[in-house]
Amino acid sequence: MATYTLTTPLTAEDTKQLVAGDTVLLNGTIFTARDAAHSRLVALIEAGEELPFDLEGSIIYFVGPTPPKPGDPIGSAGPTTSYRMDSFSPTMLKNGSKGMIGKGKRNQAVKDACVEYDGIYFGATGGAGALLGKQIRSAEVIAYPELGPEAVRKITVEDFPVTVVNDTKGNDIYQIGRAKYEVKA
Amino acid sequence: MREIEFDVVVKAVKNMIMHCGTDLPQDTYMALEEAMEAEKSPVSKEVIRQILENADIAKDEKRPLCQDTGLAVFFVNVGEEVRINGGLLRDAINKGTEEGYTEGYLRASTCEPFSRANLKDTLGYNLPAIIHFDIVLGDKIDIEYAAKGGGSENVSRARVFPPAAGKDGIVEYVKEVISDAGGNPCPPITVGVGIGGTFEKACISSKHALFRDLETTNEDPEMAELEARMLHEINNLGIGAMGMGGTKTALAVHIESNPCHIASLPVSVNVQCHSSRHTHITI
Repeated sequence: MATYTLTTPLTAEDTKQLVAGDTVLLNGTIFTARDAAHSRLVALIEAGEELPFDLEGSIIYFVGPTPPKPGDPIGSAGPTTSYRMDSFSPTMLKNGSKGMIGKGKRNQAVKDACVEYDGIYFGATGGAGALLGKQIRSAEVIAYPELGPEAVRKITVEDFPVTVVNDTKGNDIYQIGRAKYEVKA
Repeated sequence: MREIEFDVVVKAVKNMIMHCGTDLPQDTYMALEEAMEAEKSPVSKEVIRQILENADIAKDEKRPLCQDTGLAVFFVNVGEEVRINGGLLRDAINKGTEEGYTEGYLRASTCEPFSRANLKDTLGYNLPAIIHFDIVLGDKIDIEYAAKGGGSENVSRARVFPPAAGKDGIVEYVKEVISDAGGNPCPPITVGVGIGGTFEKACISSKHALFRDLETTNEDPEMAELEARMLHEINNLGIGAMGMGGTKTALAVHIESNPCHIASLPVSVNVQCHSSRHTHITI
């Protein structure tokens, strides 16, 4: 299992080298979106309208941060559970996005879309919001401020630690890891 | 009749919420240290190391442990010989919740079920709190609080079994719930199992079981044995920390058992994430 340092936007060359279980330190601009924002973004895509940011090579982080303390760019910002975005993610990947950060397993359609469009599903450590929030250098709400924690934010990260869960070959670290340690009765 | 000022309760609730948001309770921290030591998978070991580092950062810099600072859940035992001066106890707890979540820079996570509109500007910041009251002897108020996140709540389940299902049926059910959940509830988890009572009694018992300190054993030896059996079976599932594969999927299983109807065996499984933020005070 290798460790890579990558900077956004990601290319197919970046993503195709990654294998489930690898550690990646992400740098650059990332966009945040949860359930409600995904619903709106996909509706815009389906209507052929312009999105609030460029999807090409983008990484979407499933997060709803706590409010920032004075002087901080953002509060605690760990991943939320990803399956709630399963119905939206294939559309995002098809339209140029190259990665997602969340926690927990994805459905087969998302895994297939990762293979078809050279996308990666990264896992960040759930519940490590203070640690992960510290790797975010700037944050700006760029769409849907009325959604509060669920608004779309443009954030800049530095060495943001993630693990490759689903790679472009169809591997899944949750299945691989569990099979290795499961004790059958 | 002892009287407690409304504002005393508000302040006490506010303080316990702010403290719990940033300082992982000692029992949880110690259980995670033990889990890191025992974990056989290097990937899961590293995840638990990050979780502990996160707890250190949160405590030192007073940052929320997790962005999901939960719905505020309370179990409140009110002595028969005490009353609140200047308002309702429920209102005092809600006011303390609102102040604690606001001043602690914690997240407002309550919303309307269908429009999903956040309630912070209408009902109040992270309101309403979920409060379970009971009346007890004495002149004190005992307040237990936990921050209950959505990821672990979403995998929780309840079912009313026929009595013949017995212990084996319950163990299989608990395994099934945790197996299906995988990494979603942020393992290593605490599993609360409510047994008996009625449908809702089992659910509330499973919630309350999560408030028990992790290092404690069940007072009932039969239930202690069942807890140990469930914990062993859950850890054999191989889910590991954050679902990465490993030998420490759960830190503890806690059971609360109640008498039940001759026709039924209700069971509820409520899951708490590794960030088991719980505390209690007596006023």
